[in-house]
Amino acid sequence: MKIAVIGTASTAYGEWWDKSLRQLLAESQLTALTDAGLAPQEIQAIFVANMCAGQLSSQVNIGALATNILGLHIPGTRIEGACASGGLALRAGIAAIESGRADVVMVSGVEKMSDVSHAQGTQSLMSATCYETEGFVGATFPALFALVTRAYMHRFGITREHLAMVSVKNHKNGALNPRAHFRKEITIQDVLQSSYVADPLTLLDCSPMSDGAATVIISTPEFAKKIGKLNVSIIGSGQASDTLALSQRETFTEFKATQHAAQNAFMIAGVTHKDIDLVEVHDAFTMAEIIALEDLGFFEHGQAGHATVAGKTSLQSNLPVNASGGLKAKGHPVGATGIGQVVELTEQLHGRCGARQVHNARIGLAHSMGGLGSTVTVHILAQDV
Amino acid sequence: MTVGIVGYGAYIPKYRLKTEEIARAWSQDYAKITASLAVHEKAVAGYDQDSVTLAVHAAEHALVRADISPEIVGALYVGSESHPYAVKPSATIIGTALGCSRDYLATDMAFACKGGTAALQAAYALVASDLVQYALAIGTDVAQAAPGDILEYTAAAGAAAFVVNSHTQEFLATIDATVSVSSDTPDFWRRSLQQYPEHVGRFTGEPSYFAHTCQAAEKIMAKTGSTPQDFDHVIFHQPNGKFPVQAGKKLGFSSKQLAYGLLSPDIGNSYSATILLGLTNVLDNAEPGQKILLISYGSGSGSDAFVMTTTDLLQERQKSAPTTGEYIHDKKYIEYLQYRQIYQVREGKKE
Repeated sequence: MKIAVIGTASTAYGEWWDKSLRQLLAESQLTALTDAGLAPQEIQAIFVANMCAGQLSSQVNIGALATNILGLHIPGTRIEGACASGGLALRAGIAAIESGRADVVMVSGVEKMSDVSHAQGTQSLMSATCYETEGFVGATFPALFALVTRAYMHRFGITREHLAMVSVKNHKNGALNPRAHFRKEITIQDVLQSSYVADPLTLLDCSPMSDGAATVIISTPEFAKKIGKLNVSIIGSGQASDTLALSQRETFTEFKATQHAAQNAFMIAGVTHKDIDLVEVHDAFTMAEIIALEDLGFFEHGQAGHATVAGKTSLQSNLPVNASGGLKAKGHPVGATGIGQVVELTEQLHGRCGARQVHNARIGLAHSMGGLGSTVTVHILAQDV
Repeated sequence: MTVGIVGYGAYIPKYRLKTEEIARAWSQDYAKITASLAVHEKAVAGYDQDSVTLAVHAAEHALVRADISPEIVGALYVGSESHPYAVKPSATIIGTALGCSRDYLATDMAFACKGGTAALQAAYALVASDLVQYALAIGTDVAQAAPGDILEYTAAAGAAAFVVNSHTQEFLATIDATVSVSSDTPDFWRRSLQQYPEHVGRFTGEPSYFAHTCQAAEKIMAKTGSTPQDFDHVIFHQPNGKFPVQAGKKLGFSSKQLAYGLLSPDIGNSYSATILLGLTNVLDNAEPGQKILLISYGSGSGSDAFVMTTTDLLQERQKSAPTTGEYIHDKKYIEYLQYRQIYQVREGKKE
């Protein structure tokens, strides 16, 4: 696989009181076009990732919104897979190019969460659970992940301090990211003493609700070469699914969909774990980062927490995880998140990340997860030589 | 023409409900609530008190400090978000209770927590335009919050009143300038038949309280050619004990400048009266020739800012009527159940 990434843009993530859903989307689309040096007319299809706009902004049909913004009549399609919407939208964009249907595709993600109360936002996110059997009876995402966390702690003997270290690391990285929602370093004590959301997860174990938008423009290598933008390409992509309901899983401490998606992506990319220089994982909760790193194959089951505490995933390590600050510190505007990860990897591979630059970043991996790993995508990006 | 405050008065009801007691009633974490709100107790009105009766007390003290008879009051403005009637002015009840003649202008005002400063601005303008000699401006509230809502920790009761005129020799403080900013920002509201107000989480912060407070502060400092260091006292609206401190930091004021004007940690947020009680406490403690900056905030939203300067005469009148500090320290603690019973009786729901 070789899909060129020829332009990227992301808004800062945070509480954008003054910007609506469409303003955020427009900003990222227009900035990406400028980054690529393209006119809107050169885009042949747009895929937009979004989860909650139907509930929180009373707006669906967002594919048309995305093309309207650019004054185009090309195909516009909204893609949804809960928090993996971004990864899924990217897959749809890749498929359009691989099938020959389009040469130049814009893939965006956007979420506007600050127009409603926190409770309404939580309710909307619960629609990614198995609503009939779990969400309806009150299982919020923090609650479900708390169950996963308890099971993992029981099985592998890690403590809340191991989890807290994930948050501390990601906040440290986020402090170096001008686009992050939270740019303040925190301590393990801060995490342990913050209010409980769902025991044992506290406020600082959980990613925030954020507003934001991100866009990547992808193309055939031929087109990229023609415009002198063949620098970074997507070389691997994988997707898998699992049960919505936690109660139907065989195990609470592994997400099989991540394992399958990763295997596919590595196979297509023709690289191994040793070749990966940096990873952006979907740390919706501190526990999620630990489990993801194991399911992706970077650590043995039960080991990623210890590895985090030992600094093996810090910015200075051989495998920086969430140099961007991750969902925890960078923020989590749901639909934008998966695309934002690809923006981060692209910028890292271009060497444009300033204080949070990963040295010798040549190959990166992005992991996007919806629900409790019920929908997962994995993408691998590499510098073109 | 210069306009100034020639009399002022405060009234804070006696009952106090502790944050600790509310948290106990709702099985909440008292330490976390106090850390986040920085309010440890609030003033509660008795079942036979309301925003009108509180206003009368404060206005009586203002008339005493002004050393004038109520009969020469030419205008009475009262700002509140808990006027007893939706239709029937509080102003005339207060005016009659005070002993005003019929020969005055009476008007009720409302703008969430800045109804009182709206009244002060209107009084100032009426005197400045020479339409009346003496104008009385009152901010008063017996604020309510839904049981279990975070607002329950801070919604309190109180009143403050000011007599305004243009006779230099009577001034206790001059009103040197006033400006306002306004926008349609729905952070906190109550429909007329709705029992309790509603509010929207974090939206009440940056785009609401801070945006308007800071804009009004910058506007009035630009208008008067002042910098933060020029002021001896600065008073912000104080829905909790945190926001005013953060506003002070943002704008470059020291905690010393905020000290006398920051009362909500001890008495809660009495809505239209809150900022004006900060002003009465500053006036109770100020020395001659001190500069005061006051910036109110009302949800929905807007801010009124004032620059004032105290006079020599102020010190002679500070003790003429009960001070704000005396009311703050004259207190009796009640339990949560009594607090809810008082509300029921006042609303006529129980014998």
